[in-house]
Amino acid sequence: MSNIPENLKYTKTHEWIDVQDDYTGICGITDHAQEMLTDIVFVELPEVGIEVKSGEQVAVVESVKAVSDVYAPVSGRIVEVNKTLEDSPDLLNSDPYGKGWIFKIDIKDKHELDELMDAAQYAEHVASGE
Amino acid sequence: MSFLPNSDEDIRSMCNEIGVNSVEDLFVDIPSTVKNPDIQLPSPLSEQEAMHSLLRIANTNKRVCSLVGGGIYHHYVPAVVDHLSSRSEFYTAYTPYQPEVSQGTLAAIFEFQTYMCRLTGMDIANASMYDGATALAEAVLMAVRTTRKNNVLCSAAIHPHYRQVLATYAWASDISLQIVPYKNGATDYTELSHIINDTVACVVVQSPNFFGVIEDIEKVAHIAHEHKALCIATFTEAMSLGLLKSPGECGADIACGEGQSFGNYPANGGPLLGILACKKEFMRTIPGRLIGKTVDEDGRECYVMTLQTREQHIRRERATSNICTNEGLCALRATIYLGLVGNRLVELARTNHMAASYCLEQLVNLGYERVFDAPFFNEFVIKINNAKNVQNKLMDNGFALGIPLETYYPELSDCLLVTATECTTKDDIDTLVKLLQTI
Amino acid sequence: MVSTMQTIFSLHKQGRNKYTVPQFGAESYDPIPQHLCRGELNLADVSEVDVVRHYRKLSSLNFGVDNGMYPLGSCTMKYNPKINDAVASLPQFTQQHPATIEELSQGSLHIMYSLQEMLCAITGMKQFTLMPAAGAHGELTSVMIIKKYFETKGEKRNIILIPDSAHGTNPASVAMCGFTVKEIPSNSDGDVDIDALRAAMDDNVAAMMLTCPNTLGLFDRNIMTIADILHSNGALFYCDGANLNAIVGKVRPADLGFDIMHVNLHKTFSTPHGGGGPGSGPIGVVEKLTPFMPVPVIAKKDNQFYLDYERPQSIGRVHSYYGNFLVMLRAYTYIVMLGASGLKQVAEHAVVNANYLRVKLQKHFNLPYTRICMHEFVINDEGMPGGITTNEIAKRLLDYGFHAPTVYFPLIVHGAMMIEPTETEHRDTLDAFVDTMIAIKNEANTNPEVLKAAPHTTPVRKVDALLAARKPVLKWEE
Repeated sequence: MSNIPENLKYTKTHEWIDVQDDYTGICGITDHAQEMLTDIVFVELPEVGIEVKSGEQVAVVESVKAVSDVYAPVSGRIVEVNKTLEDSPDLLNSDPYGKGWIFKIDIKDKHELDELMDAAQYAEHVASGE
Repeated sequence: MSFLPNSDEDIRSMCNEIGVNSVEDLFVDIPSTVKNPDIQLPSPLSEQEAMHSLLRIANTNKRVCSLVGGGIYHHYVPAVVDHLSSRSEFYTAYTPYQPEVSQGTLAAIFEFQTYMCRLTGMDIANASMYDGATALAEAVLMAVRTTRKNNVLCSAAIHPHYRQVLATYAWASDISLQIVPYKNGATDYTELSHIINDTVACVVVQSPNFFGVIEDIEKVAHIAHEHKALCIATFTEAMSLGLLKSPGECGADIACGEGQSFGNYPANGGPLLGILACKKEFMRTIPGRLIGKTVDEDGRECYVMTLQTREQHIRRERATSNICTNEGLCALRATIYLGLVGNRLVELARTNHMAASYCLEQLVNLGYERVFDAPFFNEFVIKINNAKNVQNKLMDNGFALGIPLETYYPELSDCLLVTATECTTKDDIDTLVKLLQTI
Repeated sequence: MVSTMQTIFSLHKQGRNKYTVPQFGAESYDPIPQHLCRGELNLADVSEVDVVRHYRKLSSLNFGVDNGMYPLGSCTMKYNPKINDAVASLPQFTQQHPATIEELSQGSLHIMYSLQEMLCAITGMKQFTLMPAAGAHGELTSVMIIKKYFETKGEKRNIILIPDSAHGTNPASVAMCGFTVKEIPSNSDGDVDIDALRAAMDDNVAAMMLTCPNTLGLFDRNIMTIADILHSNGALFYCDGANLNAIVGKVRPADLGFDIMHVNLHKTFSTPHGGGGPGSGPIGVVEKLTPFMPVPVIAKKDNQFYLDYERPQSIGRVHSYYGNFLVMLRAYTYIVMLGASGLKQVAEHAVVNANYLRVKLQKHFNLPYTRICMHEFVINDEGMPGGITTNEIAKRLLDYGFHAPTVYFPLIVHGAMMIEPTETEHRDTLDAFVDTMIAIKNEANTNPEVLKAAPHTTPVRKVDALLAARKPVLKWEE
C-alpha cells in the first residue's frame, strides 16, 4: 500500500497539494503515481509566473516507456519550481512528498480546495483502481 | 518462383490441427462477395527469367558522363561499403527493439550520431531521417514547437525541392512560410533583416546553396538570434562538411540535410539519408530515433534506443513526429564510408572543389558567363545560350551537363547548375570542352 | 563471448589511414577562402582492415531474419529473396541521377510505372504514388490528401477516428496535419465497436484510419458496415496496410470500401528492413482522390515514361525526388516472380502458419481473442506461473535463438505478445517455437530465477535502459 500523508489534499489524477498559511500550495505527484510510473527519468517543469487553471496540464513526468501529465490541483500562478528535479528526477521516486515536490502555486481561489480529496478519500480512490 | 517452404502435405495437416477443412475456412471473416478477386498480373517467373527481364529493362537506362548534382551527387563508393552493408545480419534485422541481439545496429548508429555531430558541429544527431528535404521539414516543425512561434522564413536559394517539401509540411501544420529573396546567388541578408521580426520561429538557409554558393550562415544566425528565432542550416552536399566551416561553428541551432554523398548511390534519388542534428538544449524536441550508451547487467558498455518518450509509439498524437522507420542501412553505409575515408575527407572535399574550379575555368574560357561571382564548393551556375539545345546535343555524345535553373527560377533562363566531383576527371572536362567547341 | 565493445573512434591511430584520394591534377587552383573553412575535422583514422573487422564483428552481434525466426508482430519479418538485392545492385540502376531520369533512365521509370500499376491491380486502387519513404510517411501523405480533399470541397472537417488498437503512427500522422484524434473503442471480439462509431460520427469527421487486418491480427467482420457509415457521412476510409500480408491476393482493399491506403514494401513485398529502413510506403487512392496525389506522378505517353507535374490540386512534394527507388526495384522483382497466384499463396500460408501457432500456443498461454486469426495473433502473460512477465518471456526467447515477438502492443491487451510467423517459416520451425514457449512456461515453474535474469547467451546481457534515459550519452567521447 502506498504512502498517503494525512495533512495533504489530493486530486483524482494523483497530484497532492500542501497548503501553507499564506495560501501558497506546494504540489507534486503521489507515492501511488510514482509507483505506477516506475523509474522517473525526466520532469518537464512549468515556467515560473504563468497563470494556470485547476485541472490544466502544468508539468510532464516521464519514465523510460511512459509519459504522464501533471495537472494543477487548483487555479493560480506558478511561483516556484523545483529545479533540482532537472538533474535528479529520481527524487520523485524516492521522496515524492518531500524533495520530490514539483511546483509552488499562489492559490487564486481557496474555495477550490474544498473540491479536493482528503487522505481517506484518496485512499479509497486508489483502492477503487481508477 | 515461390519462397514458401511448407509442402502441400504440411498445409493439409496443419489445417487439420487448426480444426478447419481447408485454407479457405481461415478466411471466413472476409466478405465472400469480394473474396478471391481476379487479379491481373504478369505470369510468375523463375529467378533466371526475372533476372533476364530486369537486365533487359536495366539496359534501357543510359550511362553518360554526368556533371549533374543539385542535391544528389556522383561520388565513388568504395567496395568495402557494399561488402559490409551486404551482411545480412545488418540488413535483415529491424529496428533494434531487443538491444541484447541488436548491438551491431545500435553501435553503428551510435557511431553515425557521433560522426554527424562532429561534421555539423552540433551536440546531438538522430539516427537519420528519410532524406534531406523531410529532415528540413522536421527541423522546422521542431523550431516551431520549441519557440512556440508560427512564422518561418526560408531563403529562396535553398534546393527548390526542399522548399516545396517544406511548403507541403507547413501547409499541413498551418505554419506560415515566407521566402527571403536571393541576391548575387546568396540569400539577401539585408532583405532578411528587414523582413524578420519577433514572431519568426526560424530562418532557413542552405550552404552551399542551390546555386553552389557558400552562404554566410554566421550572418543569418546573428540576424535570427536578434529576434529570438532559431537558425536552421541545411545542406544537400554532405561532402562540403569536410572542408567548410560547420553549421555549429557558424552559430546555427539546427543542422539538417542530405547524407547520400557518404557511401550511398544516386540510384535515381533513393534511398537517401536525412541528417538531423541540433544543440543539446533541443534534445527532447528532436524527432526520430536516438541511440544512447549504457551498460548491461555485467557492466559492459553497450547501446540502446533512448529518450523514446518523444516518439509516436509512446506519445502518439503528442509525439515529436510520426517517424518510426528511418534510413538505417543508408546510415550504416555512411558510417562505414566515413570510417574508411576518415580525416582524408578534407582532401577528398578539396579534390571536389578543384574539379569544379577547373570545370568553371574551362567553361568561362569558352566564353560562357559565370552567373554568380561568389565562393563555391563543387557546383556553380553558368549561362549558355540555347542551353537546352546544347544539353541535348551533349547528351547524344555521352555527357549530361548540369540542371536547367529556369524551371525553378524563371529569371535564370539558359542558366545551368553544373557539378563536378572526385569522379569527374580532367580528361572528362577536356573532352567536354572539345565537344562544346564543335556545338 | 564478446569482450568490451569498441567503437571505430577508439581504434583511431594517426598514420593508419591509407585511403587514397584521387588527385585532380589541375595546374593552377584558387582554394576556398580560409575564413569559410572549418577547423580540425577529428574523424577516426583507421586502416581498411580495421574497418572490415570492426563492422564484421558488429554484424555478428545482430540477429536478422537470416539468423532465425523473427516473429515480430505487425512487422512481417519474412525472408528477403537475394535476387532482390542482386537486381538493386546493378550499376545500370544505382549510378543513375534523378535529375536526368526522363532523359537517361527510362528503364527506372518503367519499373516505377509498372510497380504502380501492379499495386493498383493488387489493391483495387485507381492510382498509386511510390514517393513516401516509409509506412509512416505514407500515412502522413495520405492524411495530407484527406485534408486537401476537404479543403478543396470547402468543408471544414477536423476529426479523424482511430481505433484504440492502432499503431502510434496513426495518431501522430493525424496530429501533424492539424486534425484532432478521436479514439474508437474495440468490442470484446476485437472488432470496431459499431455503436461507438455511430455515436462518434458527425459533420466534423473527415476520415477513419483502420489497420486491416487489425493489430490483434483479426479481420474486422463489420468492415463494410464501417465503410457505409463513413461514406454516408461524406467521410473517407483509410486503410493502414501494415498488415496487408494477410490478405494480399485474397481481397482488394478498394473492394472493401477503403478510399486511400498505404502499403509497406518492406513488409508485404519482401524488401529487407535494413535494421530500421530504408522502407517504402507507397499510397493508393480511389479515383476521386487522384487529383491530390503528390507531385510528380510517374506517367506514360506514346511509350515514353515521364514525370507529370501538371497537378494543380496536388498536395505538393513530399520527398526530395521520387522515393526509395532501390526498394521499389526489390519489390517489383518479388512481385514479377510470384505473380497473382504466388501472392495469394503468400497470404494463405501466412494465415495457416499463424493459426497453427495460435492453436498450439492456446493450450498453454492466455489468448484474449480466440477467433480464427489472420497472419498474426496476440497472447499475453496473464496466468503465467510466478508472475513471469511478457518482457521476461521475450528475453528468454532470445536465449533459445528466436527473436522476440512485438511486446506490450497493442495497448488494449495488457502484457501483449504479438506473434507473426510469416509464410516463410516451415512447420518444423513453428513446432520448435512452440516447444520453446512451453519450455519457458515450465521454467517459470521450475526455475523462475533463470527466466528473470534472461537473456544469458546473447552478446550482451540485460541492457540498462534506465541509465541511458537518465544520463543520456548520445555520442562517443574520449
